[in-house]
Parts: sequence; C-alpha cells; structure tokens
Amino acid sequence: MLKKMTFAAALAAATILSGAANAKTFVYCSEGSPEGFDPGLYTAGTTFDAAAHTVYNRLLEFKKGTTETEPGLAESYEVSDDGLEYTFKLRPGVKFQTTDFFTPTRELNADDVIFSFDRQMNSENPWNQYVAGGSWEYFAGMGFPELIESIEKVDDMTVKFKLKRKEAPFLANVAMPFASVMSKEYADKLEADGNMAQLNQKPLGTGPFQFVAYQQDAAIRYKAHPDYWNGKQPIDDLVFAITTDAAVRYQKLQAGECHLMPYPNAADVEAMKANDDLKVMEQPGLNVAYLAFNTTQAPFDKVEVRKALSMAVNKQAIVDAVFQGAATPAKNPIPPTMWSYNESIQDDPYDPEAAKKMLEDAGVTDLSMKIWAMPVARPYMLNARRAAELMQEDFAKIGVDVEIVSYEWAEYLDRSKAKDRDGAVMLGWTGDNGDPDNFLDTLLGCDAVGGNNRAQWCNQEYDDLVTKAKETTDQAERTKLYEEAQVIFKREAPWVTIDHSLSVVPMRKEVTGFVQSPLGDFAFDGVDLAE
Amino acid sequence: MVRFLLGRLAVLIPTFIGVSIIAFSFIRLLPGDPVALLSGERVMSPERHAQISAQLGFDRPIVVQYLDYIWGILQGDFGTSIVTKRPILDQFSALFPATLELATCAIIFAVVLGIPAGIFAAIKRGSFFDQTIMGTALVGYSMPIFWWGLLLIIFFSGTLQWTPVSGRISLLYFFPPVTGFMLIDSLLSGQAGAFKSAASHLILPTIVLGTIPLAVIARQTRSAMLEVLSEDYVRTARAKGLSPFRVVGIHALRNAMIPVITTIGLQVGVMLAGAILTETIFSWPGIGKWMVDSVFRRDYPVIQGGLLLIAAIIMIVNLIVDLLYGLINPRIRH
Repeated sequence: MLKKMTFAAALAAATILSGAANAKTFVYCSEGSPEGFDPGLYTAGTTFDAAAHTVYNRLLEFKKGTTETEPGLAESYEVSDDGLEYTFKLRPGVKFQTTDFFTPTRELNADDVIFSFDRQMNSENPWNQYVAGGSWEYFAGMGFPELIESIEKVDDMTVKFKLKRKEAPFLANVAMPFASVMSKEYADKLEADGNMAQLNQKPLGTGPFQFVAYQQDAAIRYKAHPDYWNGKQPIDDLVFAITTDAAVRYQKLQAGECHLMPYPNAADVEAMKANDDLKVMEQPGLNVAYLAFNTTQAPFDKVEVRKALSMAVNKQAIVDAVFQGAATPAKNPIPPTMWSYNESIQDDPYDPEAAKKMLEDAGVTDLSMKIWAMPVARPYMLNARRAAELMQEDFAKIGVDVEIVSYEWAEYLDRSKAKDRDGAVMLGWTGDNGDPDNFLDTLLGCDAVGGNNRAQWCNQEYDDLVTKAKETTDQAERTKLYEEAQVIFKREAPWVTIDHSLSVVPMRKEVTGFVQSPLGDFAFDGVDLAE
Repeated sequence: MVRFLLGRLAVLIPTFIGVSIIAFSFIRLLPGDPVALLSGERVMSPERHAQISAQLGFDRPIVVQYLDYIWGILQGDFGTSIVTKRPILDQFSALFPATLELATCAIIFAVVLGIPAGIFAAIKRGSFFDQTIMGTALVGYSMPIFWWGLLLIIFFSGTLQWTPVSGRISLLYFFPPVTGFMLIDSLLSGQAGAFKSAASHLILPTIVLGTIPLAVIARQTRSAMLEVLSEDYVRTARAKGLSPFRVVGIHALRNAMIPVITTIGLQVGVMLAGAILTETIFSWPGIGKWMVDSVFRRDYPVIQGGLLLIAAIIMIVNLIVDLLYGLINPRIRH
C-alpha cells in the first residue's frame, strides 16, 4: 500500500514538473500548520482549510463564492412553523473515504450526523473528551449548548434538530466547519482498537479529498476521493506545502513550486499582477476593523461627540498607509460581500472643520482621550499602531489630544471588554458563518455588553431589530430588518468603522476553477490545472 | 574518567531542576492567558473559561501544577499541547531530527570553512588575505539572518533557479520517515533522485544557519592561533627545522583548538535552540519555530516541555565537548 502510495505521489509530482497529462497534482502553499484534523476542536482558518474543506462535508454548505447556504449532505430540509424544529433529509448514496486500516461497510446515515453533534454537546459521550484538554470551542462559541434541545433520528435518512428558541442563523451555523459530519463507523472502529486519538490525526469523511499523510509542519497530502458524491475531482492529488513566510510563498509560486498561495505581503501584490505567469484574485474579506468608543462614559455617551470624531478620521489615508490600497474604507459594521449590506447608507464625510465645530457645539473642548492599538497584525488591521498614529494626527487637527496605548494580545482582549474601560479601542472581526447576526448582534447587541460589544453600546431600538431578525426565518424580511439596524448604527456611531481588508489570492496562470470564498476559506474542490 | 562523568552527571540534576523551574515559571509570568487565546477575538464566557481552565488543570495551585508536571516527566510524559492536543514528546521527536540535521550540516560547513580560514588568516597576519577574511567574517557575523536568507532565495532559487526555494525535499518524493533525517531517509527510500533533492534543499539553509558560526569560528581560530604561534615551543619547533606544515598543523593547531572547540560547542547549542529564523525562512519543520509559535500562543506545556528537552540536549553537547578536550589536550585528560 505504502509503496503504491509513494509511487502515485512521485508520479503525480513528476506531472507538475513535466506538465504531462495523466495525473494532476495541485500544490497549495499554505500559511501554517493545522492544529489537528478534527474541525470541531479548533477555531483557526488554517485548520479548517486543511481538515474541514478537504476531508469533510456538512449538512449544508456555503454556495461557492457567497455566504448563502445550499444543500450539502442534507439534500433538503424543513423548518417547522414555530421555527423550533429543523428536519434534514440526508442525501442517499454518500460514500465515506477509506484508510489503510479501515474500509467503510455502509453509506452515510442519520447515526453519523447524530454522532457528529452529540460528541460535542454530551459530556457522557466517550468522544466528548477523546483528546486531553479538548474543548468544542466553536460549538460553544456559536451558542449551541444553550440552543439545542435535542437531536433525533426520525429514520435512517432523516434527522430532526429541536431548538430551545427561534434562531434563524442556525442554518448558517450547520454549514460551519465545526459541524462537519464524521463517520460513526470509523469512530467505533477507532474506539474498539483503543486508538481514539487517530480521529484527530487520520481524518476520514465524505469530502472531495481523502487524507493521505501529514508530515508535521512540512506538508499535508490528499488524493481525490474516488467515490465523492458530487463527482470525482479534476485533480488527482492535492498537497499543502506549509510555508509560513509570505515572501517565501511568493518565491515558491514564481518558481512553480506551488500553484496558489494565501495572504501575500501587501507590498508584493503589484509585482504579482505584473507577472505574466501569475494571476491575482481580489475580494473584500468578510471582516471589519473598527474603533469602539466606550459609549457609557462622558463625553463619548453623546452622539455628537462620536459623530464628530468619526468625521475627523481620514479612512482613505489609513487604507493607503497600512494596506497599500488592499482594503476599502468601511461605512457599515458588516462587509459589502454579506447579504443585507445597506448600500444606501452614506458614510460620515471626512471633514475636520465640520467635526471641530460639532465638538464645540457639543460643549467639548480640550478633550484628551486614549486610543488602544492592538499589538498584533490581524487580517482586518495589519498595523494597528500605524493606524492609531494616523488617527492621532487626525484628532489633533480638531483639537483632541490622543495617547496611544497597547497591551499584550490576550490582555488587550481581556481589558478592552471591561465596562468601565477608558478610551476608544481598535479591534475588528472576521465573520464565522456569513450571517449578519454574527456581526450585528454578536458585536453590538445588548447581551454582548461587557463582552464582544466593546462599545458597551445598548440601544433598545437597534437591539429589538436584530433580535427580531434572529428569530425570523424569512430571509427577505431579515434583510429588511438588518438594513434598518445599520441605519440606526450609523446614526448613533458607537464605532468609527475603519476598513474591510481585501482578500488577495495570487495563483499560477494555469489554475482554473478556483472560487474565492467571502468567508476567507481556501477550498479546492472544482480546481483544475489547464494543460 | 568514570569519576569525571559521574561528577558531571551529578551537576546535571540540579541544573535540570533549575531549568524546569525557570521554564515552568517564566512563561507564567508573561502576561497572557492561554485559555482566553483559544477563542481569539470571540469572547469566552467566564463559566466556559473556568470550565476549560479546570480541564487543563490551571485552576490548581501553582505548586501542585509544577509537581504534577515533574511527576509526568519522571514517567516520560511531557504533557500535551493545549493547541494541537498532541503529546509533546511526539511532536518533539517528529521535529527535532529536522533541526538536528540542519544544525549538523551548518556546523560542518562552519568548521570546514572557518578553521582553515582562521588558520590562514593567522599565518598571513596583516596581509590582504587576512584582512579580507576577517572583514568578511565581520560582515557575516553582523548579517541579519532573515534578510540574508531571502537574498539567497531570491538570487539562487528565483533568478538562477539553482536551488529549491524551501522545504526539506521536493514534493516529488514521499516516503514515511524512518530516522527523521531526510538525507538518510531519502537513501533508505531507494527512490532515484531523492537524496539529491534532499541535499539540494539543505544547501541554502545550511549556508544561512552556518554564516554566523562560521564567522565566529574563523575569528576565534585566528586569535587562538596567533596566541599559540608566539609561544616559545613553536619557536623551538621552527628552530628544530620542522616543516611549516608540522609546526602549524601539529604543534600549534592542537593547542589552538581548545578555545575553538569550546566555541563550536556553544555554537551547536545556539543553533539547536536558535534556528528559528532559518527555519521560518526555509519552511524547515524544526523545533525552533515550534517553540516560538508556542510562546505566542502561551502553550505552557509545549514551552516547559520543549525547553527542558532542548536544555537536556545542550547539556549533553557540552558534556561531549568537555570529553573532547581530553582527546586534544592530555593535560586535561580526565
């Protein structure tokens, strides 16, 4: 088996170099090592790319290039009239992958779905603690323990989720990596062999690619799942060549050692675009960077003060200096690729004169404040210190004196939550599931005050709208509610919305079929290499 | 000899305990909460935080945690990573051979070039040759590694396409690790071209990691040599009419090597623990990068376990260096 595999890999790789036809290997220069291969246990995008989008599927999947869901392992679903029961009809004939020590005897059924969720919610399940210190971070983070009443097997191919309350984002949540469907039969086999940790090291699912091997911090190898329910992939082998430095990834891409890379250095993008062997895809990422005032403290409890400060910030200058153009100034708290983004909202104009007058009219003079700058680069803000310095200059123009403060990252996150925190905090968010609720309620709802709501902003009118939207299953109606909520947000200005960074994906010219995900995922089903 | 060894081993025990206390406590003195970092920007509820802390054993008194950690180590259990949930010893043993292979090549590179360069510089003291070598060594010593590595990649891998950009072997070759040393495993695999590929992947990282030790060794050899060459016994040897080769190569070199070996021993330690930049540039799957990532993630078990393992290896290297002295200089034969 091993010999066969080696030969296949050698042959496949020979093909990349020679460009010959019969076996195609696609090499992705990934940015880091996966933490493991059980998507339920982790929260990093790198891990999801390596485990969830290759090996596994979910009941629903995100439609390529959008944040909308479409049928995955469930071919259809029904929602009860009270919005509390979701019944998923499973797709028949879905085959699991194989490993060198396990060949499945049956196709996907309801037991697999129930197992995949029960292990995360039920502390009695032997798989709940199958790795030391394992915790189901996303399952908890998305509020599933408090949300799910029960999961029932209606028949072999039907599963019913009963919820404790109405929650429309539930559908988007089951399309998230943590909700990947595992094989119960494979888990049973590992348990019987006393080898449970293998589930996190040798994953086996229904997805487009079958796991072959992981060489720690070096490479992950997959081959196309021959019996994939959605058709075999055009490429035969997929390799993640782990390359942590962006400049080196670029060199490898140029040298033809890989076909596609994530997260280029902003400074290299122009050269990439000019390179005849490469092409570059761009799209606003599903993220936002913001400066959150503490709206419970004077003078930031006054709308006019927040508005004035918002008008004083030259967002374009920040985008140019920090991202070298690879970002767009933000006007709404949700990114433009997300459904319900309110196009009609006008951003506060950059107008220092008007801002200064507005402050004076509000009776605020000699204002000194703190701006918190994150100590780390995040996708939505590559250099918070630089951005804070630019804002410091902007605010100086309207007579506001700024002191920039920073703390170690974990400490920063912790301290910035405090209700009595002083100053304005720079932070941001990358969407989890493409649902507007994941921004508008998670970051700005009244329940999140003292937590994710760094502005400590609780506006009843706004909160009623996002709560209603959460409980409404009709998407058109939800869209309207969220659009309205964005109007209130803009009027009240609890944040200065700074930017949405662009997600830039350079690849070799011969790559076809890659679709950029607004969720920031890198998934290679459907990808091919032109001859 | 046995007494010397036992004596040295006895010193290792308190050193080991000291390292374990430092490794254990220093990382905890750094601000930053590993549990909170697990959820990133997403705020974790206090209940959930408490629950996970308890699962990881962080809710216990610090002394209990330390004793538990030591007890685990005595049983060969270095703990489990908070992030990857994998045993630390597994990860270390998968990554360490890569670091060791690179460090070995780099030290061979540094010694093979550094010692002769130092000797010639000493013999031709003050000459153009001496000044060139010492000037180059100074440049090498001051070289920012990250810049140097990228420069070599851009020139040799990008422009000339002589060497691969990064990694340990071409993706063409895939075989299960036997020893973890790619040069050996590629030979064992029997695949044509695998060894050549592994060797070509080693060239640039070896040069980058070996640059600073090369400079240090060359300078150290030169100054040790100069000192020895002015000794009376060297003059006597010359007066006896011995060939310059015997005078320098046999009489002088042997004594000059003592401080050089100390330097080499120290450089090995530096390279094992400090290959982080080289490993990052060349996507080299070794322990340097693993340790630094763990510091950023406050992965306490990895840091305390990894540091202890690295310390143990450095202590062993130093022990070997001490034994080597005896071989070279009979006066300190144990």
